[in-house]
Amino acid sequence: MRYSLERRKQASGIMMVAPSVIALSVFVIFPIINSIYLSFLDYNLLKGVREFAAFSNYTHIFQDSRFWGALWNTCYFTLGYVPLLTIIALFLAVLLDRKMQVAVKLFQAIYFLPAITSMAIVAIGWRYILDPNIGIIFGVLESIGLKSVPLLQNTKLAMPTVIGISLWKQIGFSMVILLAGLKSISDTYYEAAAIDGSGRIHTFFRITLPLLLPSLSFVIITNIISSFQVFDQIYVLTKGGPLFKTEVLVYYIYYQGFTLFKIGYASALSSILFILILLITIFQVKKFMQREIEV
Amino acid sequence: MIARTPKLVSSLLMVLLIIVALIMIFPILWIALTSLKPESLILGKPAKLFPEVYTIEQYGLLLNAIPFFTFVKNSLIFAGGVTIISLFFDSMAGYAFAKLRFPGSNIVFFLVLATLMIPFQIVMIPLYLMMHKLHGLDTYWGMIIPRITNAFGIYLMRQFFLSVPEDLLDAGRIEGLSEFKIYIKIALPITTTALTTLGVFHFMYNWNDFLWPLIITTSQEMRTLPVGLALFTGEHVMEHGPIMAGAVLSIIPILIFYLFAQKTFIKGVALSGMKG
Repeated sequence: MRYSLERRKQASGIMMVAPSVIALSVFVIFPIINSIYLSFLDYNLLKGVREFAAFSNYTHIFQDSRFWGALWNTCYFTLGYVPLLTIIALFLAVLLDRKMQVAVKLFQAIYFLPAITSMAIVAIGWRYILDPNIGIIFGVLESIGLKSVPLLQNTKLAMPTVIGISLWKQIGFSMVILLAGLKSISDTYYEAAAIDGSGRIHTFFRITLPLLLPSLSFVIITNIISSFQVFDQIYVLTKGGPLFKTEVLVYYIYYQGFTLFKIGYASALSSILFILILLITIFQVKKFMQREIEV
Repeated sequence: MIARTPKLVSSLLMVLLIIVALIMIFPILWIALTSLKPESLILGKPAKLFPEVYTIEQYGLLLNAIPFFTFVKNSLIFAGGVTIISLFFDSMAGYAFAKLRFPGSNIVFFLVLATLMIPFQIVMIPLYLMMHKLHGLDTYWGMIIPRITNAFGIYLMRQFFLSVPEDLLDAGRIEGLSEFKIYIKIALPITTTALTTLGVFHFMYNWNDFLWPLIITTSQEMRTLPVGLALFTGEHVMEHGPIMAGAVLSIIPILIFYLFAQKTFIKGVALSGMKG
């Protein structure tokens, strides 16, 4: 009796995970293997070419200045975005980490507001805000006698502008995660510090920051990964321009794959992006495992 | 924080918090106000934040220029479809991984988790080719089917089901219910909070998603809201008002939803941040 119940449970378990396991195999595992295979083909959907090309896509990529540009721009975006995002989100979270005040709740709700909107749609709005012909920012600048520069059309300023808009959109996200981290730090630590006569800044660096490290490293790593996947705002705001100065890796993959339909080349680019993201993820998983072991 | 802050510092910090709040609200407010201006005032200089005349003509122009409500319908079918189907499969698999272990289930669960490391951007080309072959391009099922289950959702549901006491399930077994019925009738009803949070996460993620609907849809009739609006903006650079009206109309439903269910919302959206 016991035995048959156990068997029945096992059989039901297999049946119940089956749909998900099959779906993940078909829509995630098979495509990733296929992607690697495709990266060795000279495959153009528009021209109807499909033949084995060994490593030629990869050798072309390493000689492709637009690839190196896109790689650099992705790193530029990440290096500009992640540190600023982390510092501002941490700063705001610390300011809002007070015992239940109505004002705190209100600020939190407002800061989180852009995070619920669609990046593509608010980017459309930002494009018009920054448009010299209609945007309010240039109106204000000109009315106080300053010369206005079309930010998104300027080769030096386009990427910082994209970073700024991304920060505006995503800061609430990271702030909420850090705020939850701060709230989980027990008051007894602060009481002990107060008894020791520890100053505010001293307490922050000696107690708050080390205890916040799990949430903090989580925020940093997930944001590095999402920076490597940035696409929506680039598509809407600049289309990679001006002069490819904001062309990031995913945008370049999209361009090769879905405007030129060079499937093989785009797959080889994807594989390189995959390796980069995998390296970051493995680093994250290692961290996570360490934390699990410590707990 | 225990230490008291001096009055001056605390009021300076308050001013800072208010400035940040204004920066957060300003773009959305500007979009909303611009959508209520006649075209002549939108282009008028000097630019003014608050128009002298309010009009809803931009909304009329928008509805004439693009099939806006078709985009809304498509977004609802895509995001809603993914949410409902995925909630079912995620929770069912999560339940089995928590409560109906079978030989090798840990290895399978580990493999499920491993798929989290594969970002969508890497598999979009093979997925596109697959849908191309199966004639799934520009169809609802083609958009929805790759997302009918999600490793993150399975993981989350498994964590919740682990805390469900075994006695509760045994009660069902004594009554002679099948394992599937126990999951549907006993386990599922006590995890509504987890299901709602995951549901908000799935819905928001897909409602706001851009890249997948952009590549899988080819006709205007199938575009989702963000894609339809972004492509319209690309083609009609001169019509500012209708585009702002479109942006407002697409933000409003989410905003209302957010105001009424803020807590669930922040939780659900913060989850999507964790998915990374």
